[in-house]
Amino acid sequence: MVDVRSGIGEALPPPEVEDVELYHPHSWWTKYVFSQDAKIIAIQYATTAIAIGMVALVLSWLMRLQLGFPGTFDFIDADAYYQFITMHGMIMVIYLLTALFLGGFGNYLIPLMVGARDMVFPYANMLSYWIYLLAVLVLVASFFAPGGPTGAGWTLYPPQAVLSGTPGGKDWGIILMLASLIIFIIGFTMGGLNYVVTVLQGRARGMTLMRLPLTVWGIFTATVMALLAFPALFVACVMMLFDRLLGTSFFMPAIVEMGEQLQHGGGSPILFQHLFWFFGHPEVYIVALPAFGIVSDLISTHARKNIFGYRMMVWAIVIIGGLSFIVWAHHMYVSGMNPYFGFFFATTTLIIAVPTAIKVYNWVLTLWRGNIHLTLPMLFALGFIVTFVNGGLTGLFLGNVVVDVPLSDTMFVVAHFHMVMGVAPIMVIFGAIYHWYPKMTGRMLNEALGQIHFWVTFLGAYLIFFPMHYVGLVGVPRRYYELGEMAFVQDSVHSLNAFISVMALIVGAAQIVFLFNLAWSVRHGRDAGGNPWRATTLEWQTPETPPAHGNWGKELPVVYRWAYDYSVPGAAEDFIPQNQPTPGLVTHEASS
Amino acid sequence: MSAPIKTPAAETLPRPAGLAGLASDWASDQRTFKNVSWGKAMMWIFLLSDTFVFGCFLLAYMAARMSTTVPWPNPSEVFALEIGGTHMPLILIAIMTFVLISSSGTMAMAVNCGYRRDRRKTAILMLVTALFGATFVGMQAFEWSKLISEGVRPWGNPWGAAQFGSSFFMITGFHGTHVTIGVIFLLIVARKVWRGDYDTERRGFFTSRKGRYEIVEITGLYWHFVDLVWVFIFAFFYLW
Repeated sequence: MVDVRSGIGEALPPPEVEDVELYHPHSWWTKYVFSQDAKIIAIQYATTAIAIGMVALVLSWLMRLQLGFPGTFDFIDADAYYQFITMHGMIMVIYLLTALFLGGFGNYLIPLMVGARDMVFPYANMLSYWIYLLAVLVLVASFFAPGGPTGAGWTLYPPQAVLSGTPGGKDWGIILMLASLIIFIIGFTMGGLNYVVTVLQGRARGMTLMRLPLTVWGIFTATVMALLAFPALFVACVMMLFDRLLGTSFFMPAIVEMGEQLQHGGGSPILFQHLFWFFGHPEVYIVALPAFGIVSDLISTHARKNIFGYRMMVWAIVIIGGLSFIVWAHHMYVSGMNPYFGFFFATTTLIIAVPTAIKVYNWVLTLWRGNIHLTLPMLFALGFIVTFVNGGLTGLFLGNVVVDVPLSDTMFVVAHFHMVMGVAPIMVIFGAIYHWYPKMTGRMLNEALGQIHFWVTFLGAYLIFFPMHYVGLVGVPRRYYELGEMAFVQDSVHSLNAFISVMALIVGAAQIVFLFNLAWSVRHGRDAGGNPWRATTLEWQTPETPPAHGNWGKELPVVYRWAYDYSVPGAAEDFIPQNQPTPGLVTHEASS
Repeated sequence: MSAPIKTPAAETLPRPAGLAGLASDWASDQRTFKNVSWGKAMMWIFLLSDTFVFGCFLLAYMAARMSTTVPWPNPSEVFALEIGGTHMPLILIAIMTFVLISSSGTMAMAVNCGYRRDRRKTAILMLVTALFGATFVGMQAFEWSKLISEGVRPWGNPWGAAQFGSSFFMITGFHGTHVTIGVIFLLIVARKVWRGDYDTERRGFFTSRKGRYEIVEITGLYWHFVDLVWVFIFAFFYLW
């Protein structure tokens, strides 16, 4: 069944670089606040991301209150509603998901998993976090600025984003939003360069590229993509900022606003859409690829079985990353661009389904006849697979031009997007936190609270987003403050909307259980030991838990095998750590 | 910290030939790009990212220029100077380009001297490079003030499409910022070279890492990149 052969771990090339010198902190401030340790930076990133994510969660509650019970809440007027959806979307996509996967998990896991002492440039890495924090603060400041935050929708399409009809358009909202994005991109670049160079040039002896855990492959590819995709957003933000502040007309056509001819003319709103989606589509995979990678490791570890088709998984990640740069205009089928573009972009979009499907098959085949432990990380991983398949299938609808045109700008899009890019990656984030929290703190998260969290979140997410597909198919448009008396909207839609809102409140409340668990278990959790999941990857083999500054003590680890030697015949345990030589012992590692 | 690592008796695996050999070299352990230091790798990847920034700026400018319905001002005329009664199109831009390309030459010589550990020559050549860079920025300031005095603004100009001024100030401004940052870094590194920081491996103030002459080459990479970008701006903005 499995191709096993005798160990190849004995042959090792000599060390190529001398051990690095790290900055050793002298005070509490440099140890915990202005820390250059990637693990501390990771926790700072994650804490900030989760904190701002809670703001986005509350915003989604407020939105759902309005949609489910229109007219009941006085403080939600149309302007406020648009501000809520805009900030919810932007925070979730950029400041939570991107920052948490790359800044959080990337910082924590990359050095540990590749066997490095730290990121290659810890100082730049530290700056990356503080600039990210500044971006978050600028974003939060827009809530308190005159006119409130921008209500342009998270895509910030001009010309409406900078006109007076849009909340924040002629006030501070849009300016602070654009400034915050520019700051975020600068900060991210500092961190992203670190992650890429650490993976490429900072690995341990024996850690070849084809022995990297898929988590590292996912985060690495996503970071490369981010470094190439964020420039488009950066440029778009700079240009729109000029349109708003200097009166240029990059994106502004001739416009009459409230009976008054504006000073703009000759610009192209579609140009913004191209720039935005040249960033925006890779962004989907910047979030998805780390999730793909992490979930592969969760499944393999908790099913005690080697990942099925490791090389195929690596290539699928790389190919998805490449293809995602040539599909962006599938977000623009109804923008009025050249129809032949639609043909090209629909084709490339559907081609992405092939490597993606390979990954899903490989996850399922990894589970096949595995020794499945229904631990919390595994539950979330399984939740991810089904949610991702569901969200991916509706993506096939929306990727086709003819089907997309009637579904465009309906709640169907919202449901699809939230399934595939909202719920699915967040499932992985939860799974990953349950999986790695013991390494970060030395204690397990509470199992009972975790079970409550999983089942409410998983089932609740389906109760929220399944009905939303139907609401969209009926033709209910997205981004409408209230539906009013539209003839085509049946009564069932209104009751479904109320139902969805109630479910959203419940699922949101379940996250408070999770946060409580995080805080409570730091002191009161069960002692985890160094390797509670009996996992093979390097981060579980550190001399101390949580790992000390420098990760490995005196000697750097040496890697003798790939990351997936689970249930190897003849081995004493059902896992063999990557740094264990055991000469003569068989491995599942594919021959190179 | 660098304790010797015990290696088990090593048996060498046969190295694959041809394409497979290339792939296995790249995929080998520790480093993908052999003999490339972390700093250099980081600068190359940053430059790749920055290429996308400038690429987006230039593509956006080209899209605006191609789609505008109002005629585009003729750059040869706009950037012409009267020198001694002679009308010379693009003369200032030509001089600016010459200065910047020359600075690449002195930078390359500085890198060479740096690796020879010729402290004095390296520092002087870097200062000359910085001087060329500052001259470039100075001429750019002159060009900007000339255009502003003629009525060119980000939101309009006397000769045609408003996007001309917007793109001009945005792209040359962004490039000029890059040059300015480069000049600042050149001065900082030149000072450290002069002081002998890289001979004594003095530790950095912020990073507390040992200084190496390699930083001269890394600064050079950035500088050459900024020059190369200028060539594209020159071709696409001034010559088109």
